Amino acid sequence: MSTATASTAAPVAPAARNGGNGRPVLGPYAVRWARHLATPVVLGLVLLGLYLYVGAQDLDRIEQRSLNADYLLSRFGQHLWLSSVVVVLVLAIAIPLGVLLTRARMRRYAGAVLALANIGQATPSIGLIVLFAVVFLSWGINTIAVVAFVTYGVLPVLRNTMVGLDQVDRSVVEAARGMGLSRLRVLWSIELPLAVPVMLAGIRTALVITVGTVALATFIGAGGLGDVISNGISSNRDLVLFAGSVLVAVLALTIDWLGALVEDLLRPRGV
Amino acid sequence: MPESPPRPMIRLTGLTKHYPGQAEPAVDHLDLEVPEGEIVVFVGPSGCGKTTTMKLVNRLIEPTSGRIEIDGRDVTGVDPDRLRRGIGYAIQQTGLFPHRTVADNIATVPRLLGWGRERIAARVDELLAKVGLDPQTYRDRHPGRLSGGQQQRVGVARALAADPPVLLMDEPFGAIDPLTREALQEEFLRLQRDIRKTIVFVTHDIDEAVKMGDRIAIFGECGRVLQYDTPARILGEPAEGFVADFIGNGTNVRRLSLTRLCEVEVSDDRPVVVRGSGDGGCPTAPGSFALLVDRDRRPLGWAEPGQDRPLPLISHLGPEHTLHDALDAMLANNSDTVVVTDQDGRYRGTVEMATIQTHLHRVGGPGNEGGPVRGGERADRSIGTS
Repeated sequence: MSTATASTAAPVAPAARNGGNGRPVLGPYAVRWARHLATPVVLGLVLLGLYLYVGAQDLDRIEQRSLNADYLLSRFGQHLWLSSVVVVLVLAIAIPLGVLLTRARMRRYAGAVLALANIGQATPSIGLIVLFAVVFLSWGINTIAVVAFVTYGVLPVLRNTMVGLDQVDRSVVEAARGMGLSRLRVLWSIELPLAVPVMLAGIRTALVITVGTVALATFIGAGGLGDVISNGISSNRDLVLFAGSVLVAVLALTIDWLGALVEDLLRPRGV
Repeated sequence: MPESPPRPMIRLTGLTKHYPGQAEPAVDHLDLEVPEGEIVVFVGPSGCGKTTTMKLVNRLIEPTSGRIEIDGRDVTGVDPDRLRRGIGYAIQQTGLFPHRTVADNIATVPRLLGWGRERIAARVDELLAKVGLDPQTYRDRHPGRLSGGQQQRVGVARALAADPPVLLMDEPFGAIDPLTREALQEEFLRLQRDIRKTIVFVTHDIDEAVKMGDRIAIFGECGRVLQYDTPARILGEPAEGFVADFIGNGTNVRRLSLTRLCEVEVSDDRPVVVRGSGDGGCPTAPGSFALLVDRDRRPLGWAEPGQDRPLPLISHLGPEHTLHDALDAMLANNSDTVVVTDQDGRYRGTVEMATIQTHLHRVGGPGNEGGPVRGGERADRSIGTS
C-alpha cells in the first residue's frame, strides 16, 4: 500500500509546481487538466468492464451472496463511513499537532512525537489492527478499527504539516512579525497558506492509505469492502475476490483523484 | 551634514542584550541617538550586534535591560505588535509574501491599521509610483514574477505603506547585483530627500555606509559602537585601531564620493564653440581642444583645430554626481578633464585632475598618513554578510 501511495503522490508535486510558476503558459496547465479528466473516465470504464464481466458470468449461490447491489452498497457505505471518520480524526489530530510542534517553544518535542508516529506507521497495519483488537477488546469493534487506522494515518499528515510549515521562508515570517502581525495572524495568513501545497500532499497520501487499509477492517469484523475480498478468499471464489479488490482499488484511486483536484484548486497563487 | 543634530527620534540608553548561555553580551550598554529625519547607518563585521541592535528598536528582540525611546516615548512597555505597525521594516531577503500580490503586500500594515479600501488602493498606487514601478503593470503581480531589484522596491514601498516616521532597513540592497544596487541607492536617497524619514540602516559594506549615511555608527565586537559620526569625519579622522582597520585603505578615494559636483568650483577656461555659430574654425592653438556645444549650451563633443568632425564626448556629469564619479570618468576616458553640466544639461565647466587633488588637500585631514606598518596587515574591509 505504502509503495503505491508513494508512487502516486511523488510525481505530482514537482510537475504541479512548474505549472504554478508560469501561470499563463498553457502547456502544463492543459496537461494537468487532461489528466484530471482522464482519471475518472478510466475508472468509470474499469467499473463498467467489471459490471459487464460479472454480469456475463453464471453466479452460483455463494457468489450471488456477495455480488449483489444491496450487499456491495452496504459494504461500500461502511467503507466510506469508516474511512471518513478516520480521516477526519487524522486531520483533527495531526494538523494541530504539526502546527504546535513547529512553534519555537514546542519544537524540542518534535523528534519524540515524530518517532512515535513513525512506529504507528511502520507497524504493519494488519498487525496493528489485530493487536488493538486483542488488547482493547472491551472498546468495541468500530472504535478499535478507527483507533488503529488513525494511528496508521497520522504520520503523513503530521510530517507534511511540519515540513510544510518549516519550509516557509524564515525571512517572510520575520518580515511579517516586523510589520506588526501577531503570531496567530502570521500562522493563519502567511504560514498555513504557504504550507498548503505540502500539507495537501500529505493529506492526500493519508486519504489513500486510509481507504486502502480500511479494507483490513474485515479481519476484526468491522465491515467495509474488505468483506467482499474476505468472502472471496474464504469461499474460494476468485470472481468475488477479484471484484472486491477492483472495487477497493477504484475507490482508492477515486479518492486520490479528488485529492489531486483539491490540491490544484487550493494551491496559493504566485507560489 | 548638519553639525548640530535636530531632536533625537530614537534614543537608546544603556541598551543591553544578553542571550542566556552566552558569556559575552550581544549588545552591551549601548547609548545612541538617531536624529529625526536622518539616515544612520550601522556598519561593522558580522556578529558585531548591528542587526541585533536594529531589531531591539522594534523589539523583534527583547532587550535584557536599557531604555528605548522613540519620539520621546519609552516603548519598552508598549505592545510590540502595535509598536511595529508604526515602524517601517525592510530586510535583505525582502520577505515579501509570495502568495500575495504586490498590492496586497504593500497593503499589509494599512489593513492592520484598519484603513478603508479606497484609501489603501490610492496609497498602493502612490507608493508604487514613488519607488519607480508602474502601478498598472505591477499592482496585481505576484512577487515571484519580479526581478530582485523590483522585489526590493516593493519591499521599500511596503515598509513605507502606513507612512511611519521611523524606518528600519537591514541590508535592504544587499542581495542585488552591483549595478541595480547603485541605482536603488541613488533612488532611495532621492526619495529620502522627499520623505525625510528617520532611518536606521544596517550594512556590512563601508562604501554603502558612506554613501547612504548622514551619520555612521561603526560597531565593534559585542555591540559596542566604536565611532559615531558623519561619514566625512569617520573617513577623515577614524578612531584608532579597529575603525581605521575596518575602513581600510582608500579613504581618500572614498572621501571623494562625499563631495557632489554642484559643491565644486569648476574651471571654465576651456574655449567653447557654439555649433552653427558660423565662425567655422576653432579659435584654439593646434593640439588643444575646444568644447563644442549646441545653441542651448548642451555639450556635444570636442572640436580639434584642423579637423572637420568633432570628437565625440564620451561622458559628462551632472550636479548630482560626485568627485568620485569624476575621477572614475577620467580614468575610463583616459583623460584628465571631465565635462560638468548643470541640472538642465547645460555646460557649466570642467573638472580637472588637479581640481580633485586640490580639493582633497584642502579638506585635508589626517587621512593620508596611513603608516607603513599598518598598511600590510589591514583586514579586508568587505566582510561577509551578517
